[in-house]
Amino acid sequence: MADDLKPAPGPRVDAPTGTSTVGHQWDGIEELDTPMPRWWLLTFYACIVFAIGYAIAYPAIPLANSATKGLLGWSSQGDLATELAGEAARQAPIKLALAQLPIEQLPGNPQLLRAAERGGKSAFKVHCVQCHGAGAAGSKGYPNLNDDDWIWGGDLGALQTTLINGIRHPGNDETRVSQMPAFGRDEILQKNEISDVVSHVRVISGQDKPSAAATRGAALFEANCAVCHGAAGKGNRELGAPNLSDAIWLYGGDRATLTTTIVNARGGVMPAWGARLDPVTIKMLAAYVHSLGGGEANPVVAIAAAEPEVTSQ
Amino acid sequence: MNSADPASDQNFFVARRSVFPKAVDGPFRRFKWLVMAVTLAIYYITPWLRWDRGPYAPDQAVLIDMANRRFYMFQIEIWPHEFYYVAGMLVMAGIGLFLVTSAVGRAWCGYACPQTVWTDLFVHVERAIDGDRNAQMKLQAAPWSAGKIARRVTKHGIWLAIAVLTGGAWIFYFADAPTLAGQLFSGTAPGVALATIFVLTLTTYIFGGLMREQVCIYMCPWPRIQSAMLDEKSLMVTYKGWRGEPRSRGLKRQAVDAPVAYADMTPPPALVPTGDCIDCNACVAVCPTGIDIREGPQIGCITCGLCIDACDKVMAQVHRPAKLIGYTSVADTQIAMAGGTPPSPLKRLMRPRTLAYGLIWGGIGLAMLFSLGTRTRLDLSVQPDRNPQWVRLADGDIRNAYTVKLRNMESRPRTVEVAIAGIEGGKLWSETGNRDGAGTTVKLVLAPDQVAEARLFVAASANGPEHADIDFSVRGLDVEAGGATTGSRFERPDDDNDKEGE
Repeated sequence: MADDLKPAPGPRVDAPTGTSTVGHQWDGIEELDTPMPRWWLLTFYACIVFAIGYAIAYPAIPLANSATKGLLGWSSQGDLATELAGEAARQAPIKLALAQLPIEQLPGNPQLLRAAERGGKSAFKVHCVQCHGAGAAGSKGYPNLNDDDWIWGGDLGALQTTLINGIRHPGNDETRVSQMPAFGRDEILQKNEISDVVSHVRVISGQDKPSAAATRGAALFEANCAVCHGAAGKGNRELGAPNLSDAIWLYGGDRATLTTTIVNARGGVMPAWGARLDPVTIKMLAAYVHSLGGGEANPVVAIAAAEPEVTSQ
Repeated sequence: MNSADPASDQNFFVARRSVFPKAVDGPFRRFKWLVMAVTLAIYYITPWLRWDRGPYAPDQAVLIDMANRRFYMFQIEIWPHEFYYVAGMLVMAGIGLFLVTSAVGRAWCGYACPQTVWTDLFVHVERAIDGDRNAQMKLQAAPWSAGKIARRVTKHGIWLAIAVLTGGAWIFYFADAPTLAGQLFSGTAPGVALATIFVLTLTTYIFGGLMREQVCIYMCPWPRIQSAMLDEKSLMVTYKGWRGEPRSRGLKRQAVDAPVAYADMTPPPALVPTGDCIDCNACVAVCPTGIDIREGPQIGCITCGLCIDACDKVMAQVHRPAKLIGYTSVADTQIAMAGGTPPSPLKRLMRPRTLAYGLIWGGIGLAMLFSLGTRTRLDLSVQPDRNPQWVRLADGDIRNAYTVKLRNMESRPRTVEVAIAGIEGGKLWSETGNRDGAGTTVKLVLAPDQVAEARLFVAASANGPEHADIDFSVRGLDVEAGGATTGSRFERPDDDNDKEGE
């Protein structure tokens, strides 16, 4: 320890190298004060010069509310604006083509269809997820757009119509409207009759085995419901009457929910997007929803009607 | 700092001490010529080699295609997800350096390092313009004159030309060489190519022409790492001080050597303790890093062996045994000093350490070759939809959707079949197909050398486990076939047999 505490020998010239030492020592080890190469110093000065130039050319010095702008006027927001403008320019011809092409002919142009689906996916996240959910799986009262059951039709044209005019959208003459009577509230059917109809619907949808109540309900169904839902309960898209015999329920297929539905009727509303979105975005949304897995082929009539337009282009 | 302090008398920064390496000839010099010729030839010729890969892939033998993220090397094509091959090559390069260093010391620094090769080239240019060592020193000391300016301009001009060609050759590895060359001459080359040439021109000129040994001494980490890699059995360029010392020359040597007649070619009697070193400084004069090898192993020595050539020539002239400076190891030095005969260098190479490095190096190489030979060129990855996980269909069945990425890594379009297995009654169809008539396979056409993305649907009965395993496989329908299988999940509603509300 005593050796360690000895005062430093002081700087001296190291004989083998001819270089001065720094002057301190630890355990007899001294440090040479080897000079730095000059180019290192010049590089350091060059970095300082570069930094000054950089601070003048680019935003650098923070001020109270903003920062110095820099002579070049560069900003990251400017870069973003340039990128967005470039993207808009890239999309312009796609959007133009989409605007000119009737939606029924979209499947004939796979590249454009793919572009429309991608655009629709983005637009869906902005306008539709609030009700239909991020995965378009819906929830009670808001239809699942992934499945193959459609109340108003699932081909591209029908989807476009639904999107433009909405469902029960007040103030839109073209909107899709169906009005189920409130059989219980308006006292069209008695409580026990409603229970029988529920039993019948549970049977035709394959959830319950036939029973006496269901047989009674069948007659009531024939008299009160079949006019819209069809004798077999298969529904009618012209009238917007849902298929009651399949596995998909908008509000629920259990007894309690079915009873509520028959007593009070249902009438969900979807906005008419034609007034809020441009036609291209609506086409994109229709294409996206159609691509989710439940999309239906164009009705044969629609293709035939669209054919002359193809040849005229 | 105190003015009485001796440290304050020296400068904190010093200019580079100019090195004027003298020309020399000998086995090591000729070996350096050979290595320079081979490495420069590889560097300049490689991008121009052609390799036919058919109409869907570039025909350049070695190409790093940054834009499309492909690396081509003769018949090998590497995709980004196969980057471990590049990592493996880097590991092999590292182990290879360990192997070389533990066996023959800093051979990389002395012969193969680009800094050494290009510096050597620049030194030769300098010698051709300015003359050899003495002429160069004289020219530097001379006042500026028209002749000196002309020589300097010529020298730096040629250096810059070499630098431009160096940077210019580099970019050909990253684009189709003939096309890019055409663009360069017509002035339509992309800006990034010109910027790369500019930067590499600058670094080549500065590192090879102006900084030279300073790069090795101050900037490069490898000499420091090598100091740790060397052991007592590693070969190093060594001045055999026990033979050479005490060195003497000139009149002093004449005095002690006077009784000896050199003409009879007999070695001087050991009357006086004079070593073989005649202190002629030939070893210092030829050294490209300007060191004195007689001071012992040092970081500035890149072991290029030029001092061996220079000293051997002198030893022959003064009729002394060659290799006063030569490749030897610390262990051999000790044997030689004790008067023994060191084992042959070949024997020194075969020792556990070098063998271990060699085995690791070869093992990695063989493993990579094996994996290259058996890798699939048709692969898929499957991502199930997570929102929603499942969809109930009108008939009560459950449908899952999957995003399937298919990698066709061959340079030709391929028809492939994707199949599912493991789900009873499962039906598979694609976005363009539909459930009616769906089976368990889907046929797809994949574009050459690309990743195709397909959305596939699978439907099956709602009765079954909540989370079922499903296998997706892809196989080529052409002669080469090949393919891959990957697992995923088929999800059903929670406790499906319990109908809603009951």
